[in-house]
Amino acid sequence: MNKVLLSGNEAIARGAYEAGVQIATGYPGTPSSEILATIAKKYKDDIYAEWSTNEKVAMDVAAGAAYSGRRTMVTTKQVGMNVLSDALLYTVYTGTERGLVIITADDPGMFSSQNEQDNRWYTKLAKIPLLEPADSQEAKDFVVLGIGLSEEFDTPVLIRTTMRVSHSKSIVLEGERPSVPQKVGPFVRDQQKYVCTAMWAKKRHPVVEQRLVNLARYAEDAPCNHVEWAEHSLGIITSGATYAYAREVFPQASFLKLGMTFPLPEELIRSFANGVEKLIVIEELDPFLEEQIRAMGIDVIGKEIFPPYDELLPDRLTQLALESGLIDEAKGMTHSVTVPTDLPARTPVLCAGCPHRSTYYWLNKMKMPVAGDIGCYNLGCLPPFNAQHTMGCMGASVGVLHGMSIAGVPEHAVATIGDSTFFHSGMPALLNMVHNQSRGVVIIMDNGTTAMTGHQDNPGTDWTLQGKDAPHVELEPLVCAMGVEKVLTVNAFDIGEVERGLKECLAYDGPSVLITKGLCAQLDRTPKTSYMVNPNKCIACGACLKLGCPAIVKADKVDEKTGEPKAEIDPGLCVGCDICRQVCPVEAIQISKGRESQGER
Amino acid sequence: MKNISFLVAGVGGQGTLLASDILAEVGMEAGYDVKKSDVLGLAIRGGSVLSHVRWGEKVASPVVRKGDMDYLLALEPLEAMRGVEFLHPKSIVLCNTKAMPPITVSGGSEVYPPREEVMRVLQSAAATVYFVDASAEAERLGNLKVANVVMLGAFSTLLDVPRKTWESVILSRIPQKYVALNQHAFHTGCSVVKRSQPS
Repeated sequence: MNKVLLSGNEAIARGAYEAGVQIATGYPGTPSSEILATIAKKYKDDIYAEWSTNEKVAMDVAAGAAYSGRRTMVTTKQVGMNVLSDALLYTVYTGTERGLVIITADDPGMFSSQNEQDNRWYTKLAKIPLLEPADSQEAKDFVVLGIGLSEEFDTPVLIRTTMRVSHSKSIVLEGERPSVPQKVGPFVRDQQKYVCTAMWAKKRHPVVEQRLVNLARYAEDAPCNHVEWAEHSLGIITSGATYAYAREVFPQASFLKLGMTFPLPEELIRSFANGVEKLIVIEELDPFLEEQIRAMGIDVIGKEIFPPYDELLPDRLTQLALESGLIDEAKGMTHSVTVPTDLPARTPVLCAGCPHRSTYYWLNKMKMPVAGDIGCYNLGCLPPFNAQHTMGCMGASVGVLHGMSIAGVPEHAVATIGDSTFFHSGMPALLNMVHNQSRGVVIIMDNGTTAMTGHQDNPGTDWTLQGKDAPHVELEPLVCAMGVEKVLTVNAFDIGEVERGLKECLAYDGPSVLITKGLCAQLDRTPKTSYMVNPNKCIACGACLKLGCPAIVKADKVDEKTGEPKAEIDPGLCVGCDICRQVCPVEAIQISKGRESQGER
Repeated sequence: MKNISFLVAGVGGQGTLLASDILAEVGMEAGYDVKKSDVLGLAIRGGSVLSHVRWGEKVASPVVRKGDMDYLLALEPLEAMRGVEFLHPKSIVLCNTKAMPPITVSGGSEVYPPREEVMRVLQSAAATVYFVDASAEAERLGNLKVANVVMLGAFSTLLDVPRKTWESVILSRIPQKYVALNQHAFHTGCSVVKRSQPS
């Protein structure tokens, strides 16, 4: 067997291959995005993969494919599960013809999410089995196991990773792909199973309940649940990445390591509990295991020691274990030099050459309220722009803008939303504005990609995940067809055009759309020349610094009159987008002759 | 066998993750169990990037406790300073000297720590600190982006793994047209540490 070093997400992709999955769908979202990217790159000939327009669509597509006789996988980040869940809940009743697994990549520690929700609860709500891999080997194996369970019990299966499992790498032994059908037969006509009309769905509910009982029986002997006996004074029940941390912090303890965490193996837990003097549950986020174990009448300690927020990394786990007396002393942690507290922060910034910069420059100057959305442009909420005043979930900006408008906010408000986010869930909200007629400017920041999650395709690109040609959906005619009467498209790299467009839309008494168009700086490959500041002309007014461009820095030279530092451009970062030249009042910024930009292209 | 733990620190866009991937893979090729964990922030570029890499007979956690890191490979001095709490008195640090001031500094609201302060903090935290001007070496080779490979070359001289293992892992990760450049960068790194005095 081939031994490879894979991230959890790469291992899940490998698992799909080895499970005979033939269709994989999803919507990009950190920390899940690399799963479909890997499938598209490495298993293109064996697995069809697509970025769907949103997670619910991805789940409906997966249902249709699994009904049709293909093994199928759906991927989402944790908050995408909220979008996906409507479609999940009917597939629980219908079951499928072939295996269907859903991967949710949760984000304890909130590295790139708006909340820290624990998606394990979805399995209790939906009444489906839950698998939690602890490392890359398990991530791969559990996809194979999940497809097997899905087919054996006729149910969708949820596999929950966390950022640490998805983005950590460990060694994986690769297996083979089973033979899979090349063609499927005619579509199944089993209405009482696949039509969830109340009269038929009502008969499916007892089936779902019985299935859970059968799954609980399976869990008792499931190979993914196992006991590791050591000292009997302390027993630890845990799952997922937390298992690895706990193994390190409690090397002497006995472990019940659960790979399947819903439904739980009650007898196994009871016998483990009886074999130890003290029983604790270590789980990140909510007391999902703890509450169920308590409900079995088993005395267990969990959240009173390990808080339901943030990761339980080895450092924190050690600290909590020391404070609660679970361990007497810790290895390591003997010599910790503290980090100086006054180190400058390295907050993420819009890239040099970002097309969003011009919009936030004006939104900051014009001081109007801005309903924001999910994407790189969320950085518009930070200095020097401070120009985003709400942000909640995908597509929320347009609905929030409408709400502000009908509430009677005295200022003219705007929403900022990216192209992919607009396709994802902004469109219904814009239709709502049109139908219910409110005043407000929706700025669609069209950078031609789904940038923040790694430049995935969307309906606005002319290619698909698997590199096929696709019709490029133009935003302006789309928005016009939706009934918006005031629509303008401007060049995002022309600061004057953005200003004029914004002012014209703001003056319009009704719903309007301003499309600020400019290719993402990370995708623009056209050779450009970097810029420089002429120190003899620069008056140190700081206008260019208000652009928040990482290439523009304060120079050592100061203005003789004011003592303020002049500006300087780092040729290694500048990509020659031209925006700073346009805002300079004294034409001090010019093309650096003969110097091709060395900035990231 | 005791685990060997590495902290790799840098700024988004510097190739920090590629460097830590290579370090992990070199460990695997050298016969160790290997785990690594990256923290990727919100934005693709410009943020701090931290990777934990561990080699050992059997590695449990991919994330290392403070005070347990044996090596710090830093592609940027400020990011090296952020990593000192992970070090112990016998740790070894290899740090690129080229500063990349964050926008909080270039925008003028905060101050980048002076070179002497960087040295003082790193030396107080570790047994040995090496500084390498990898960015200058990379620029001399004609491409700033290979500074990470220069650093890997320098780092390879501190570890007991054959040079050809490093080279084969690095070259397997590099597109064909950049192979010669990266080979150069690696060799440059190997000789740079020999020239520089441990401080």
